Amino acid sequence: MDAFLQFFSSYGSEMLFKTWEHLYISFIAALLGIIVAVPLGVLLTRFSKGAGIVMGILGIIQTFPSFAILAFFIPLLGVGKTPAIIALFFYSVLPILRNTYTGVSGVKKSLLEAGKGMGMTGWEQIRYVEIPLAIPVIMAGIRLSTVYLIGWATLAAYIGAGGLGDYIFSGLSLYQPEFILAGAIPVTILALLVDLLLGKIENWITPTGMKKMKEAA
Amino acid sequence: MLKFDHVSKVYKGGKRAVNNLTLEFEQGEFICFIGPSGCGKTTTMKMINRLIEPSEGGIYINGENIMDKDSVQLRREIGYVIQQIGLFPHMTIQENIALVLKLLKWPEEKRRARALELLDLVDLTPDYLEKYPHELSGGQQQRIGVLRALAADQSLILMDEPFGALDPITRDSLQEEFKKLQKKLGKTIVFVTHDMDEALKLADRIVIMRDGELVQCDTPDEILRNPADEFVEEFIGKDRLVQARPNIQTVEQIMNSAPITITGDRSLSEAIQLMKQKRVDSLLVVDDQHVLQGYIDVELIDQKRKKASLVSDIVTPAFTVEQGTLVRDTVRRILKNGMKYVPVVDQEQRLIGIVTRANLVDIVYDSIWGEDDIAL
Repeated sequence: MDAFLQFFSSYGSEMLFKTWEHLYISFIAALLGIIVAVPLGVLLTRFSKGAGIVMGILGIIQTFPSFAILAFFIPLLGVGKTPAIIALFFYSVLPILRNTYTGVSGVKKSLLEAGKGMGMTGWEQIRYVEIPLAIPVIMAGIRLSTVYLIGWATLAAYIGAGGLGDYIFSGLSLYQPEFILAGAIPVTILALLVDLLLGKIENWITPTGMKKMKEAA
Repeated sequence: MLKFDHVSKVYKGGKRAVNNLTLEFEQGEFICFIGPSGCGKTTTMKMINRLIEPSEGGIYINGENIMDKDSVQLRREIGYVIQQIGLFPHMTIQENIALVLKLLKWPEEKRRARALELLDLVDLTPDYLEKYPHELSGGQQQRIGVLRALAADQSLILMDEPFGALDPITRDSLQEEFKKLQKKLGKTIVFVTHDMDEALKLADRIVIMRDGELVQCDTPDEILRNPADEFVEEFIGKDRLVQARPNIQTVEQIMNSAPITITGDRSLSEAIQLMKQKRVDSLLVVDDQHVLQGYIDVELIDQKRKKASLVSDIVTPAFTVEQGTLVRDTVRRILKNGMKYVPVVDQEQRLIGIVTRANLVDIVYDSIWGEDDIAL
């Protein structure tokens, strides 16, 4: 316990900063992922033939070891936060994309026909029908990929992006377990908190009618 | 109002789903397209709002070729009701009804006012506006589906088997309600169905199609009396042709005009005596103006005997038909709803007669053995 307090008194403020860095890297990567993957997912539902190919390619990228991807970006973008964010972004795309695609293609064809027959433009169908109905599935993808990103962001320390991974790597190389814990515990807490927060957001943006329907069922 | 000029739909590979269709309809007409599956009736309907684009020929609405209009604009001017109802589950009833108005950028207060006005047409209370589709019964949902198509006061409404997914009793009452509504509002309706009873009941004109070709387009009576060919005859069915015998038209001609009645202030024992005396198992209950209140029967009396003493305590509302209803519609009601009889009332709900299954037997007897003495 004493060691714990001592560690805190000497590294407390640094830890806060690292946590912030960690959050920043994961958050930007996830945000980029959402900005790219959600529209792309909707777009893919319009080209169901191309969808399989795109998903396949992304699935292959997903299987690359994350270390390899991070290392791969060093010659291209150097070290630091940018290559880390870009590498993590690649990982965030697939779960969000796949869920968006599944969610939007799961919207009943009869509803789309009703919408089109009433005179909705393609955009209005997406805006008023497809996205609201697919929100729970899309959000599940976003939650999943954000939680993963927070875990993976520890590796970003390897290419000098900072974050809580710094502690883990120095703990490993110096064989100082308290450093490893100082990295691992906040990461876990962070992941749980972010998942909780996203759960709240999901609840908040899910249309009331769908929530009621779920309760009734 | 609506005109098809040599319209065809040819799919890749040369399959002609609709072939050389030429038709013309007036404002306010209720038109039913009917035919076996794959006859092109739905394709024809969907060409009107360009969900399917015609390959040849032209479709004109009020003289304007639909191909000259923007397809989104066109669809907003035409009501559309689909079989699966297709209410949006994440929107309230108000949002569903007023969706077209939202697309047309009406302000919120006007949309709400219009939704209220429409809800009143189908006798639903304003608190339904805040509900969600899953909280409504199937019949109520399709009422909202119909209202949604009326929201922007479209003069033309397309309906693709709108009552097909409902149970027979709900369907029956919705058909009736909708027919009244259509007459009141003077809308032109293009209605696709495969149910001949439905078409006969609702349509001003029926368009019968087969393999993409027009077979016959006429009023229900004319189709029943003079089917164009064997296909039409078969499609209508022999029993309906019999029901449509020209000398029996309205329900007054076959009803029994002296049904046994009782007033609500009589006691149940008096009711039973009357039943015994007249040898019937149910009585129609009327007030002193002879307005029908409902009916009572032996089973009801038996169940409620302990608690009730007066006829008015146990009277139950009855299905009725109005004076002037065609015999075939009446017969259908009796048979489909499994009723033993149906009271006939005038416009003021006054009882004027009753049609029982015995009357039906008379018609059948006449049509089988009495045919010789009737010039068809």
